[in-house]
Amino acid sequence: MSTPLTQGDVSAEIADERAAYAKRLADGGAARDHPDRAYAPYRSSVLRHPKRPLVAAGAAAGDPEAVELSGPVFGVTDVTALDHDLTRQHRAEPLGERIKVTGRVLDRAGRPVRGQLVEIWQANASGRYAHQRDDHPAPLDPNFTGVGRTLTGEDGSYEFVTIKPGAYPWRNHVNAWRPAHIHFSLFGPAFTQRLVTQMYFPGDPLFAYDPILQSVTDDSARQRLIAAYDHDLSTPEWSLGYRWDIVLDGPAATWIEEGR
Amino acid sequence: MSAEAPAPGPTPSQTVGPFFGYALPFPKGGDLAPAGHPDTITVHGWVYDGAGQPVPDALIEVWQPAPDGSRHGAPGSLRRDPVTGAVLGRDGPAFTGFGRIATDADGHYAIRTLPPGGVPYLSLIVFARGLLHHLHTRVYLGDAEGDPLLGSLAPERRATLVATPEGGRVHRFDVRLQYDGVHEETVFLAFD
Repeated sequence: MSTPLTQGDVSAEIADERAAYAKRLADGGAARDHPDRAYAPYRSSVLRHPKRPLVAAGAAAGDPEAVELSGPVFGVTDVTALDHDLTRQHRAEPLGERIKVTGRVLDRAGRPVRGQLVEIWQANASGRYAHQRDDHPAPLDPNFTGVGRTLTGEDGSYEFVTIKPGAYPWRNHVNAWRPAHIHFSLFGPAFTQRLVTQMYFPGDPLFAYDPILQSVTDDSARQRLIAAYDHDLSTPEWSLGYRWDIVLDGPAATWIEEGR
Repeated sequence: MSAEAPAPGPTPSQTVGPFFGYALPFPKGGDLAPAGHPDTITVHGWVYDGAGQPVPDALIEVWQPAPDGSRHGAPGSLRRDPVTGAVLGRDGPAFTGFGRIATDADGHYAIRTLPPGGVPYLSLIVFARGLLHHLHTRVYLGDAEGDPLLGSLAPERRATLVATPEGGRVHRFDVRLQYDGVHEETVFLAFD
């Protein structure tokens, strides 16, 4: 029987991964925007990442007609008027700190991503997910499900009204706590631009302890997962405002049909 | 037009985690084909980890051309009831080209769709708890001679991308996230 994994063990591994990445940079290696799928401090990754290198496909591999350079579309039938406001989906208001989260979705050339689906899900203010498998002893909120959807505007903008989620305990190691976060799912015009990620709140004391956030070993890339508090987005007597812009990686659509 | 400021770097990926199940999947998410369409094909299989165990908390997304080869898709995969907010599902005539299916408790998924026009494959994305960055792969249906990707792969690697016909318009396609000591790891793709 192995001894329980402690935060100290995981923090030491996180430090080792950061040192290895710093050395890689110092040796002239390229900066890495995304997590390495083989990031052992996040234990669930160990058996769930490929060990073979990815195979180049699409335009870079001589196939500019790859289907992945186009992508699905969504429209007004896919969202309802209340989907972007997670505080108005039940008979009464949820408990918690009401917040607005807004920003723009851009492609990697800085162009706005228009009319695309943005989906979010999150824990309630007590850190509990409305999911049968989250059974830790924190209260469910009958007035909060924690699911939102919207379409980006002409300038790539999105906006959600919700409550700030609580920190969430998990079983990666003993006394493991996730910093408060909102899960985001995004589409671009090309399937290659698909992104699922998590947004964090500035100044969270749990950042250093969390192997999922720390899996992004590049300091500036990791900062891009943290929203900014924006006082101009706060509404008097009502809600606090956060701004978070999102940049989709991957080649943009090369396949454009007339009238699209 | 004035030069735009250079975009900041890409937003990093993070895992879909264990609790996407009440947010991302939707009813009939894997049923791209209109109900009862005679050309319907089924693509199904299991997602496995590096210990050969099924992955019960993976999410599969599929994207493909319509049977006529068009790649513009159509809205309405998550068509909603404006009264209750419930998901009504696709309206039938419009082929959205997009599907989303969470694996069952035994790691199984199934897609019912129409054959893609102009290409021999469906494009798949795999998300899972434990997977920090999603993976792209393809399901090749039948003969795909001259395909640039398949042609670039050694036979044992190529085989991981070709679905196994099971008769009756049913195709088996397993996803192996990691070599388990017996079975070859699925070929996953990078688009740069």
